[in-house]
Amino acid sequence: MKLHEYISKELFASYGVPIPKGKVAATPKRARKIAEELGGRCIVKAQVLVGGRGKAGGIKLAKSAAEAGQFATEILAMQIKGLPVRKVLIDEAVDIETEIYLGITNDRAARQPVIMASAAGGVDIEEVAAKTPEKIIRAHVNPLIGLQAYQIRNLAVGIELDRAQWKAFQVVTQGLWDAYKNSDATLAEINPLVITKENELLAVDGKMLIDDNALFRHAKLEEKRDKDIEEQSEIEARENELTYIKLDGEIGCMVNGAGLAMATMDIIKLNGGEPANFLDIGGGADAKKVAAALRIILQDQNVKAVLFNIFGGITRGDEVAKGILVAMEEIQTDVPMIVRLAGTNAREGQALLADADMITAGTLAGAAKKAVAAARGESK
Amino acid sequence: MSILANKDTRVVVQGITGREGSFHSKLMLEYGTQVVAGMRPGKGGEWALDGKVPVFDSVEVAVDATGADTSMIIVPAFAVPDSILEAADAGIELIICLTEGVPIQDMMRVRAYLDFKNVKLIGPNCPGLLTPGETKIGFIPGNISMPGNVGVVSRSGTLTYEVLHALKESNMGSSTCVGIGGDPIKGLNFIDVLQLFEDDPQTDQVVMIGEIGGNDEEQAAAFINERMTKPVVSFIAGKTAPPGKRMGHAGAIVQGGMGTAEDKIKALTEAGVQVADHPEQIPSMLN
Repeated sequence: MKLHEYISKELFASYGVPIPKGKVAATPKRARKIAEELGGRCIVKAQVLVGGRGKAGGIKLAKSAAEAGQFATEILAMQIKGLPVRKVLIDEAVDIETEIYLGITNDRAARQPVIMASAAGGVDIEEVAAKTPEKIIRAHVNPLIGLQAYQIRNLAVGIELDRAQWKAFQVVTQGLWDAYKNSDATLAEINPLVITKENELLAVDGKMLIDDNALFRHAKLEEKRDKDIEEQSEIEARENELTYIKLDGEIGCMVNGAGLAMATMDIIKLNGGEPANFLDIGGGADAKKVAAALRIILQDQNVKAVLFNIFGGITRGDEVAKGILVAMEEIQTDVPMIVRLAGTNAREGQALLADADMITAGTLAGAAKKAVAAARGESK
Repeated sequence: MSILANKDTRVVVQGITGREGSFHSKLMLEYGTQVVAGMRPGKGGEWALDGKVPVFDSVEVAVDATGADTSMIIVPAFAVPDSILEAADAGIELIICLTEGVPIQDMMRVRAYLDFKNVKLIGPNCPGLLTPGETKIGFIPGNISMPGNVGVVSRSGTLTYEVLHALKESNMGSSTCVGIGGDPIKGLNFIDVLQLFEDDPQTDQVVMIGEIGGNDEEQAAAFINERMTKPVVSFIAGKTAPPGKRMGHAGAIVQGGMGTAEDKIKALTEAGVQVADHPEQIPSMLN
């Protein structure tokens, strides 16, 4: 789950990381009020969960409270990469001397968190990593022992930080680590961490990703989920315990198991079609789940055919077939349905469905071919 | 011969009294797996599965009483770290954790601790293990495979069943099938299992089923190139997956150009591995 800049920064601040004075506003009036409190000169920043806000005109420097109100009006009316701007962050303007990058993420190959620091802050860190990897200093943290002071000193030395800033850098890095660890983050990032003209360190921008699997112990963060970045259908799927990701093709897919779902999408493409979605219906494809999944798939107007690929392991094929029939009664549609059942009692299941005027297939490859043909209107 | 588990493997099921736990334990007993103990704190002294399996309050007591050497964990995600550590400290040699949805930082701590222990972990978020004709520990249906000489290792669940089923339709059986799971931080990885298959006299050839995300397949490709004498056939799921989206498995995410299906297929092909276009093609690529 992605957290907004203002939520990330507030969280960092609660662990002792200095951030600019500022508040979030949902209306221009409120934005202006905050700007007045900050003394007029301020930064107005769109709070949307995509990169490239600055380039899109979503970050502006205001010289007065009135101008801040005006920028807020403009920015709150914007859509950035398709996402509506619902809030702006009004931060005090700071005089920047230097920009540093500081981030923590999980290194899955090393099976440890890794802290990365770079003197080349303020820019896209992935670009730095690609072009000048030597400019990124890394420290892996043993998950049983945690971050040690010497590691922070090594980072400071590595990015050639002035000794006068070491102590402040220690506080910021420790704070970022604590925020990362205690929030079950998969990414905690300050970019840029600025050194001001007054020689202070300030986290001017912040970003956090939270491990979805750990949200059960972070109810307060879960409440802050921004549903704008998800398709409505993806939210509906989550509420039905389905995993659904909308894509751009014309063949809807309903599959049990994530790996098999990906393989099904791939074989559709291999046969000249395009998958309309990824959908993992999970174990025990009962009628209720099949119906919910089918509703979600058919909400997508691009869908010209639906391919069911269910591997009956513990779940028996005839039971799955009955579930599909019940769901089909509930949802009347002209979209052709191609069903491929495999595994336990697959033949019995196929027989039930063939009687019900559904297109059946014995193999995955055969099912994909039939689905592509049906989507082109070549068969019914 | 087989790898990791056979007909003599003695299994304790952590979470045997749960709905899923008892259902799958029952199927395992029917298959012939020696389910010798169950574990559920507070239910020690009771019997599970119609009086066939004694339940203990701790893994340690279960091991003492029954000689269990392998644990299957099927408990809620929040209880997984505790369950794995308990099994490791009780002297269990092989832990198979089926549970999905374990927080990644928990798994990093658990993995770091297991490095000090003489124990193998499979999973979490995996379908478990099947040695056809001998034992099944986990979800893999027993009836979709038969004894044979093909070693199967996979990051997926139902996709693995698909491959086992396709092999059986072609009259090919498996020595052992290991589902290593779809999580980014896990126990055994491809390389560990490939090494076991390389050393197993019953296994003549290996099928490796990978998917997008991480670089385990690339590392496996290097290992196969340098160390494997047995032929390996592979399939990689997720060619059509969009970047940055998590495709059901926490590990299956393509970010910053890392972990794409193309990269993996290229690495494997260069290592001399035949890569199938789709799972049903695999049997025709084996001997």
